[in-house]
Amino acid sequence: MIDNNSPYFNPKNETLTREQIEALQLERLQATIRQCLKNEFYRKKFDELGITPDDIQTLADVRKLPFTTKQDLRDTYPFGMACVPLRDCVRLHSSSGTTGNPTVILHTQKDLDEWANQVARNLWMVGLRPDDVFQNSSGYGMFTGGLGFQYGAERLGMLTVPAAAGNSLRQIKFIKDFGTTCIHAVPSYVTRLYEVMKEQGVDPRRDTKLKGLAIGAEPHSEEQRQRIQDMMGVKAYNSFGMSEMCGPGVGFECPEQNGLHFWEDYYIVEIVDPETLEPVPDGEIGELVLTTLCREAMPLLRYRTRDLTRVLGRTCPCGRNHIRLDRMRGRSDDMMVLRGVNIFPIQIEKVLMQFSELGNNYLITLTTDEDNDNMTVEVELAQPTDDYKQLQNLERDIRRRLKDEILLTPIVKLVAKGTLPVSEGKAVRVVDKRKVYQ
Amino acid sequence: MTIPQLSIFIENRSGTLIKVLEVLKQANIQIIASTIADTAEYGIYRIICSEPTRACEELKNAGIAVAISDVFAIELDDQPGRAADAVKMFSEAGISITYMYSFLLRSKGILIFRTDDNAHAAQVIQQNNLKSMTP
Repeated sequence: MIDNNSPYFNPKNETLTREQIEALQLERLQATIRQCLKNEFYRKKFDELGITPDDIQTLADVRKLPFTTKQDLRDTYPFGMACVPLRDCVRLHSSSGTTGNPTVILHTQKDLDEWANQVARNLWMVGLRPDDVFQNSSGYGMFTGGLGFQYGAERLGMLTVPAAAGNSLRQIKFIKDFGTTCIHAVPSYVTRLYEVMKEQGVDPRRDTKLKGLAIGAEPHSEEQRQRIQDMMGVKAYNSFGMSEMCGPGVGFECPEQNGLHFWEDYYIVEIVDPETLEPVPDGEIGELVLTTLCREAMPLLRYRTRDLTRVLGRTCPCGRNHIRLDRMRGRSDDMMVLRGVNIFPIQIEKVLMQFSELGNNYLITLTTDEDNDNMTVEVELAQPTDDYKQLQNLERDIRRRLKDEILLTPIVKLVAKGTLPVSEGKAVRVVDKRKVYQ
Repeated sequence: MTIPQLSIFIENRSGTLIKVLEVLKQANIQIIASTIADTAEYGIYRIICSEPTRACEELKNAGIAVAISDVFAIELDDQPGRAADAVKMFSEAGISITYMYSFLLRSKGILIFRTDDNAHAAQVIQQNNLKSMTP
């Protein structure tokens, strides 16, 4: 049993000194490499680079290791990255796969246990204890934010409500009736919940027992967090996760709210220049690269997350010396994250090009309107018409087909031929005006 | 019975209308009548003009998307109530008018319109001896 008064869920690992962290990382990296080499994909990569496990003698030697990309996961779909027999796996998560093969992430029972421990550590860190009531208002199914927080909150010992996303009236009823003390949701959904509370005359400070929020899975600015805190009257902690690294639990803010602690007993964190792939100095923005240290079923070496961030520090008044990273600053590829959904411009293009009435030029603009992130798709009309109804039907059909493809309903605007900017070479297809990137 | 009309898709932004008008001016094309409705995002600019085929070519050459379509154009005496009489004939025949505009030309009222059933509308025009404007 953990002492409820301890600020740490795993006192030993959370309070390691830097030297101890690095020693543990090297030991676990060497074990991870041995695990990786059970798989043909990594054996081939090691052969190509002419390296063997013996070449990894210090932590800095991690830079000798090959990178792994999302494309690698697609190319080896479905089970080509497995390092254990399938009969030893108990869970499979998968990305949507709308831009090609989906990616598959496999877990053994031990992987799931460690994942739950990571999430529990995060929730404990921000003051949650077994007598708390945790409402997980996040999508379930393949989206790891559902089951990830579910198992983590249960591991901590909280009464956990798998409310899932949507149906705000019911969510609010649960919050009041069950005495929910913490909600996990994407930031834009918290804002939505607050709007509905206001309509219903519910004051979160007066009518609920909320004491904290966990928000993540979509980029949000410090200003947006502040606004959410002001609305709900409690602190909102930023959560970072990605299904390739198991899901939520990879990084989380401590009560200091000064960057996310990335758990270095579970991962090796590198920040590299996305062009040269060389490390960037602390404080400079680069691409986050993660190596898993505790995974059995699918360890990943130097996985390129495509998320941009920077190192803020390696010490913290909270007593944890695990690296602190800034909130994500964008992507090094063209993937957009809107309301927790990953969208590539090519998906939009694919839909637009199915309409013979439309031209080739289009522009995707992301904006924040009254706290909601929205997408506007402007597209040039190729074939003029004398019929308004036809234009309205066209807009409606584009909207519906885009919704089927990206699971969100964008604003569709038809524009005259020749009005969208055509840039030299690669056309600018996405303009991100959301507050988070300003 | 019908005359050609240009339809141009125009966004509600300053500078889009003048671009069209400048092309027609440079080509020395005279506008006889035109109309544009105010919708939120875009409008269809409809023009009756001299030399519609050449006007269409000139606009296309200037990179402006334009459609040419045939619309009914009937001549009415310049008297009160003539438009009501004419529209009533279509209404009684169960034909809906999708859009309409009118102007005076050589002291005749000209009614331009499109219907949801153009073949039926042509019959009504014939049966009632309505006079069509000649292009």
